[in-house]
Amino acid sequence: MNLNATLFAQLVVFLILAWFTMKFVWPPIMKALDERASKIADGLAAADKARTDLSHAEKKASDELRKARESAAEFRSGAERQVAQLIEDARAEGARIVNAAREAAEAEAGVASQRAKEALREHVAVLAVAGAERILRKEINAQAHAELLTQLKSEL
Amino acid sequence: MAAEHAPNASEYIVHHLTHLNSLGHKQAALVDWTVFHLDTLFWSVSLGLLMVLILARAAAKATSGVPGRFQAAVEILVEGVESQAKSIVHGDRTFIAPLALTVFVWIFFMNAMDLLPVDLLPRLWQGAYSISGHDPAHAYQRVVPTADLNATLGMSLGVLLLCLYYSIKIKGFGGWIHELFTAPFGSHPVLYPINFAMQMIEYVSKTVSHGMRLFGNMYAGELIFMLIGLMGAAWVGTASSGLLWVGGVFAGVIWAIFHILIITLQAFIFMMLTLVYIGQAHETH
Repeated sequence: MNLNATLFAQLVVFLILAWFTMKFVWPPIMKALDERASKIADGLAAADKARTDLSHAEKKASDELRKARESAAEFRSGAERQVAQLIEDARAEGARIVNAAREAAEAEAGVASQRAKEALREHVAVLAVAGAERILRKEINAQAHAELLTQLKSEL
Repeated sequence: MAAEHAPNASEYIVHHLTHLNSLGHKQAALVDWTVFHLDTLFWSVSLGLLMVLILARAAAKATSGVPGRFQAAVEILVEGVESQAKSIVHGDRTFIAPLALTVFVWIFFMNAMDLLPVDLLPRLWQGAYSISGHDPAHAYQRVVPTADLNATLGMSLGVLLLCLYYSIKIKGFGGWIHELFTAPFGSHPVLYPINFAMQMIEYVSKTVSHGMRLFGNMYAGELIFMLIGLMGAAWVGTASSGLLWVGGVFAGVIWAIFHILIITLQAFIFMMLTLVYIGQAHETH
């Protein structure tokens, strides 16, 4: 084995190559690696955020759905109540109308029968007077006997 | 081997283990600072440029969107290195983490040259050499830069310089000198020389073992590929030499598969130790 100036030449070449690597090779590769690492980190963070957003949205949607369902039920029961009220009102109105009609009819019938009775009484009084006239063959003074006739009418 | 006589086993190995240097022949002295290994320089710089090209391409096309396969592969590598650097070095890593990436990829590429057929590139070089009118016996070519001690020690020396730089940067020059004399045993005038000696031994042994470990593994691996190549080359037509050839194929497959692990592991170890040593420079005692 011989030692010679190759040794120093090799030393210089070695340092130049290392310098070149430091200057032109290492930085771009490390930059690319770091950038990719941060990209991946960003991607993971975005995925996390999307996941929480999704769960929030799902919760919100189910809340909305529940609210809608509740309000619909409320609406329906309100409507049912209103319908029942309407039916009740109509029924009461109908009953009232029927009652009123019956009362009116009854009143009318009472008046008519009273009038018939009055007429009948008149006729009977006339008939009785005529009968008595025929019997007595004697005219009765209407004015003189008006009191008597009236008494007779009321007795009938 | 195409020349007048086929080389014997020893000549083959020696030829394969001789560098193409600026002298044109084998370096005689153990240490000679005027010589360069041209093959080591060529292959390490070429592979370094290839690495830089690939990584720069990945960096230019990097997006934060869905990555393609190539981008994803580079990103896995970068993130792996970054996480290792983060767990070992506590402080500013703008240079240290890219340094670790460079160390790993570059050493992996240089080690991977071992997986090419051991004779392929040297033989092509010999061919080119003889075409240009030179003696192919002197066409030396070693294609695994990390099997050259100069390369691995050069890098571990670089790591040492960075350790010193970060020590002074983090602790201040005074703090570092203070630590040289007071760690590991404590602050007492009697202990100063011992501490200093320990620190020096630590620095030297760290650096030498760092470079030697990678060199030793790759050198041994290369040598075994040569031995396996020799086994295959033993075929001369006889039945027993045919068996050797089959053994060579078999051993070559096994060793190459095992070497996939070795080259990756050694590149990884060199990177981890680089981080550990620089991390130590960041820690105050």
